[in-house]
Amino acid sequence: MDFSFSKDQEQLRKAVREFVEAEVAPFAAKWDEEDICPVDVFKKMGQLGFAGVFVPMEYGGAGLGYTERAIVLEEIARHSAGLAMFLMTHHLGVAAILHFGSEDQKKKYLPDLASGQKIGALAVTEPTGGSDLSGHQSTGEQVEGYWVLNGRKCFASNSHVAQVTVVTVKTGTDQKGRPALSAFIIESDNPGLTSGRKENKLGLRVSTMGDLVINNCKVGEDSILGGEGKGQRVALGIISEVGRAGMSAISLGILRGCLEEMVKFAKERKLYGKPISALQAIQFSIAETRIDYEAARLLTYNALTLKDTNQRCDVDLAMAKYFSTEAVIRAAKRNIENMGGYGVINDYSAGRFMRDGLAGLPSAGASNIMKVIVAAATLA
Amino acid sequence: MKALKMVVCIKPVPSPDQYHHVSIDPKTKSLIREGIPTIINPLDKNALEAALQIRDKYGGEVSVISMAPPAAEENLREALAMGADRAFLISDRAFAGSDTLATSMVLASAVKKIGPADLILTGNESADGGTSQVSAQLGEWLGYPHLMHSCGIEVLDGGDSLRVETHRDQARVVYIMKMPGVVSVIRSINKPRFTSLMGVISSRNKPLDTLSSLDLLLDKAFLGLEGSPTKPGDIYQPDLTRRCVPLEGSTDDVALALIQKLRAAGLQL
Repeated sequence: MDFSFSKDQEQLRKAVREFVEAEVAPFAAKWDEEDICPVDVFKKMGQLGFAGVFVPMEYGGAGLGYTERAIVLEEIARHSAGLAMFLMTHHLGVAAILHFGSEDQKKKYLPDLASGQKIGALAVTEPTGGSDLSGHQSTGEQVEGYWVLNGRKCFASNSHVAQVTVVTVKTGTDQKGRPALSAFIIESDNPGLTSGRKENKLGLRVSTMGDLVINNCKVGEDSILGGEGKGQRVALGIISEVGRAGMSAISLGILRGCLEEMVKFAKERKLYGKPISALQAIQFSIAETRIDYEAARLLTYNALTLKDTNQRCDVDLAMAKYFSTEAVIRAAKRNIENMGGYGVINDYSAGRFMRDGLAGLPSAGASNIMKVIVAAATLA
Repeated sequence: MKALKMVVCIKPVPSPDQYHHVSIDPKTKSLIREGIPTIINPLDKNALEAALQIRDKYGGEVSVISMAPPAAEENLREALAMGADRAFLISDRAFAGSDTLATSMVLASAVKKIGPADLILTGNESADGGTSQVSAQLGEWLGYPHLMHSCGIEVLDGGDSLRVETHRDQARVVYIMKMPGVVSVIRSINKPRFTSLMGVISSRNKPLDTLSSLDLLLDKAFLGLEGSPTKPGDIYQPDLTRRCVPLEGSTDDVALALIQKLRAAGLQL
């Protein structure tokens, strides 16, 4: 079994890293502290192909796969997990249209989304819950040849910056009487969709998150995505694969950041006349972090290999997401502990790694939900 | 406007984050580079960007060449991914240890081999050797006019000449240079573009060929360490040990002693 990346993938990683070290790393702390969402950087990323990594070339994308997407996200997250989250959630909107859209919808939306000229989003969660889609309160009804949507979304990433948002609303009931959801594409110039409250997040601050207010939002029949009643399939399909893959990749970036910072500090900090890297307790924590990173990496890229070869991967992605996001918390804690007093000073990235890790835990499904998925598959 | 054929010389140099792994051969006094990850010499990227900007504006072709070990194929692929049209790796064991004269001779032979070039661009110096000699020597070998320290290039006369702005300590000097010619560039000339994902994909299908000393019909007597008229004298790391020397006495005595010590260390006060 060959777990190495191809030469092209290594070259791609190098290209992304070069951009990140020049255009992201110097500003990451400031963006986090001031809660800045750098839309100008997103545009640059779009020109380099990051916004449409997995979109086929015929729609203006780079024509690569989800493995390459993960490499891009990991490299960005090494320095700014928030910016990676911004890009990741844009990808959710892109993927929804790519995998469930009609040919006309793909031709209309994907070129601008893939090039970064427009920002995408997928808004599913409501105050009634994110894991329980059947609790949706937002509705859509047909009125004189149009759909009129009403409701509210919360914890919607890219809420205040997206130009193309995919939302899910209840449009009826299925044969068993359960709520049937439909997905709609809404553009930001639609007066019926407005941004509400912007959240002041603990972590992943560079990525905007907030409410979306859907108030008599009138859209045409051509806005429905994947067909009437297919909204749950759209939401779960995209979140369970594209979302969890993205969170795993972002977690890899944070893990690598923790590891590199731990090694650097351990070599530079001297106690008892020598670097603390000579102390076994420090060595053990670095080893544990390295093992966490390598295990998360293997789980993530193995799952993505399955996805890129069109094999079932939902359980593998649930495992990768669970392991990698939880590993970030362990690694970030070790990093802070090793740094002593310096670990709680905001001039250092240790605190940001922990906050970003904590904010990543509930994204694309909480850890307990991942365990439910894995258990169900294991017990089947 | 005539579409220009341009050649950019690039050199792989040790990656800065690997400097602590670079060592010096005590016998040959040259850097031991084997196994050290490399990057394209930063100023050569500025040179490549200058060529790409000319091509993007006026049309033409950009070839990159590198006299280097086989591992430099990766650096050439990167140049192709940035936008170069074709690449040539000039590689042969016989080249090892070449000084700037031997290197520039090989590069000149390669330029003649791959076809007529209107403009040859290089970085002003490399991040490792830093001699700043190759571009001028290249011009001499080819019999072309050559300019260094360029911070601005503009194509004139339908592609027959260039306006080259060069940087001096206290001024800028502008030259009009008839092509073909050789120009070396400094950092302020431009900001090299980042490599896009699409560039990485398209680089796979661009031609990358290898040329050896046989392909270039070079006499081995003028190549490598043995064929190089200059040899490194010595390379050593200066003593950077910190010492704390207390100065005692009155304030005036201490001030005077400090000035004397600083002057002895070479500061002009």
